[in-house]
Amino acid sequence: MAERIPILKMGEFLLVTIQVDLHDQMAMRLQDDLTTTIERTGAKGVLIDISALEMVDSFIGRMIANISSISSVLDARTVVVGMQPPVAITLVELGLSLSGVQTALNVERGMEKLRESIAGEALHAGREG
Amino acid sequence: MPVVKADALPVRTERDVVTARQAVRRMAQELGFSLVDQTKMVTAASELARNTFVHGKGGDMQWEILHDGERRGLRLTFIDEGPGIANIQLAMTDGWTSGGGLGMGLSGSKRLVNEFDLQSTLGSGTRVTITRWKGGV
Repeated sequence: MAERIPILKMGEFLLVTIQVDLHDQMAMRLQDDLTTTIERTGAKGVLIDISALEMVDSFIGRMIANISSISSVLDARTVVVGMQPPVAITLVELGLSLSGVQTALNVERGMEKLRESIAGEALHAGREG
Repeated sequence: MPVVKADALPVRTERDVVTARQAVRRMAQELGFSLVDQTKMVTAASELARNTFVHGKGGDMQWEILHDGERRGLRLTFIDEGPGIANIQLAMTDGWTSGGGLGMGLSGSKRLVNEFDLQSTLGSGTRVTITRWKGGV
């Protein structure tokens, strides 16, 4: 149970690439590790690359939704990138819509999406203040 | 219905859940399932194996490769001797959960397969059988 999913810091973003078949404890641990890392680094955005995942069931889906909600409370945006089409089809049929979770087709577009949403918020905050 | 090959795998730890779904992936690939059909069967197996491990306190996954004329299929049976399900109708409802999950495991996995059968007796265990045929139906 020692395996951990590495969390890389890239500027003000965190990048997580899931490359192994996750068992439930690993998913829970990733959720905890990410929360701690966002808090410690003050990261503004989290990119989760799931392009290597061949399956997302309700447990992993819930973990993704949780990470997105928790990071949002900690003032960081989450974008999930690279979901394989069969995984997306299965997830919807299973009944998980992952509403509230931002997605992008690949890491580059996900990064753009994060930058845009952070820039948009800064602009908005600037106008108000 | 002719069963070409059959065996069982233990579902007693979280790792067993991962091993079980990897085995299901291999069998679905060998049967020539499309990528979407493989993914649906693996995801259903993952949900049910987790139920066996978490709610059923551990059990087995039996698998059978089926040949029915031209049809090729994979049947999985998840068996545990856990507490059983008090209200099957309720347990099959979207969003209903006995705790912790999203309540999509049973109802969701039923949508991912062609055939679904659930038998449960309070105090003596649960048995869920799912079948998926190559090309659906």
